Amino acid sequence: MKRLEALESIRPVLEANVVVTIMGAVAAELQSLGHRPNWFYLQHAMGLASSLGLGIALVRPELHVIVLDGDGSVLMNLGGLTTLARYRPANLVHVVFDNGSLLSVGGFPTATSTGSDIAAMASGAGVPRTAAVDSPDGLRAAVDAAIASDTLTTIVAHVDAHYEPPRGTAGFVTDLTLLENRFEFARWLKGANPLAG
Amino acid sequence: MPVSIENSRVIYDALVANGVRLVSALPETWLVHLIRMAEDDPAMILVRLAKEEEGVGISMGAHMAGVRSAMLMQNHGFLASINGIVSGAQLYRIPLLMLISRRGVMGERDPWQTEGGGVTEHVLEALRIPYDVLDDKSTVRHRIDRALTLAGSALRPVALLLDRELMWEE
Repeated sequence: MKRLEALESIRPVLEANVVVTIMGAVAAELQSLGHRPNWFYLQHAMGLASSLGLGIALVRPELHVIVLDGDGSVLMNLGGLTTLARYRPANLVHVVFDNGSLLSVGGFPTATSTGSDIAAMASGAGVPRTAAVDSPDGLRAAVDAAIASDTLTTIVAHVDAHYEPPRGTAGFVTDLTLLENRFEFARWLKGANPLAG
Repeated sequence: MPVSIENSRVIYDALVANGVRLVSALPETWLVHLIRMAEDDPAMILVRLAKEEEGVGISMGAHMAGVRSAMLMQNHGFLASINGIVSGAQLYRIPLLMLISRRGVMGERDPWQTEGGGVTEHVLEALRIPYDVLDDKSTVRHRIDRALTLAGSALRPVALLLDRELMWEE
């Protein structure tokens, strides 16, 4: 499946919850759906999106946090899977878009293209629920089930190694500056009960 | 244990007094009491890391979610965290408080600590990270207060180096 189709399939869940993404195609494509103040795009610090999501999930247990990660990023912070598993926040869903490729820097293959299995590694790290999906409907069902389970879940979504800059996007850069996103997101999070009403 | 419990307590109490509610840590000898104090404090969230750089991401999330945090690590852990500090905390203007045990300087007996000890302050300076040294328990509270004040006003990382004079009892 295309990553954009995958994102569209879970759009209502993303709109209703805290979302933290990695840089590159995931960030640009998610923004193309219509940016929301509860979405934060970590445009560098590769590997740390899941750690950042963990930080939010631990201090704000009343919110659900959805981390949109990638195979290249997870491979940079495999130890972070053990930390996620150790604290296993019930309010965090870890989605990993696996295209077997470092797409945004020339499409060089990652180790998932030669057999490394992120769902198995997450499970081995102690993440209590894992799933692997390869269709938009499969992803939507897996995310809904993860939220309903109230259990930390890593979902590996296999997607095509393909990126077309969405309209209004030059390469991976959009008109939303990094700091605008960061301060807007923090202000949204600081609202007393941002999901009410 | 020759690591000072008393001075670790002074540091810990100053963090709590400043509203720090989450501490991430990777164990190292000088930090054992601080980590245990965080573990024993029901009001503190302690996150034990696999590698220090994760702590930068955790603190970024905690900050944006409205909670003050601190990282406890050895200077080699700081060296292992640099990309996260630069392309995470600095890029996104996060007031990250790093408490870094200053291993490998005068008095160090462990040969493996000595290279890191020689570069830590140079790296902090190269990264333009303001730092102060905690080497006397009478000034610990004041220096932690003012480090957090600067971090909060500048919205940038700051570091406090935990010195042998404070942490170790011969």
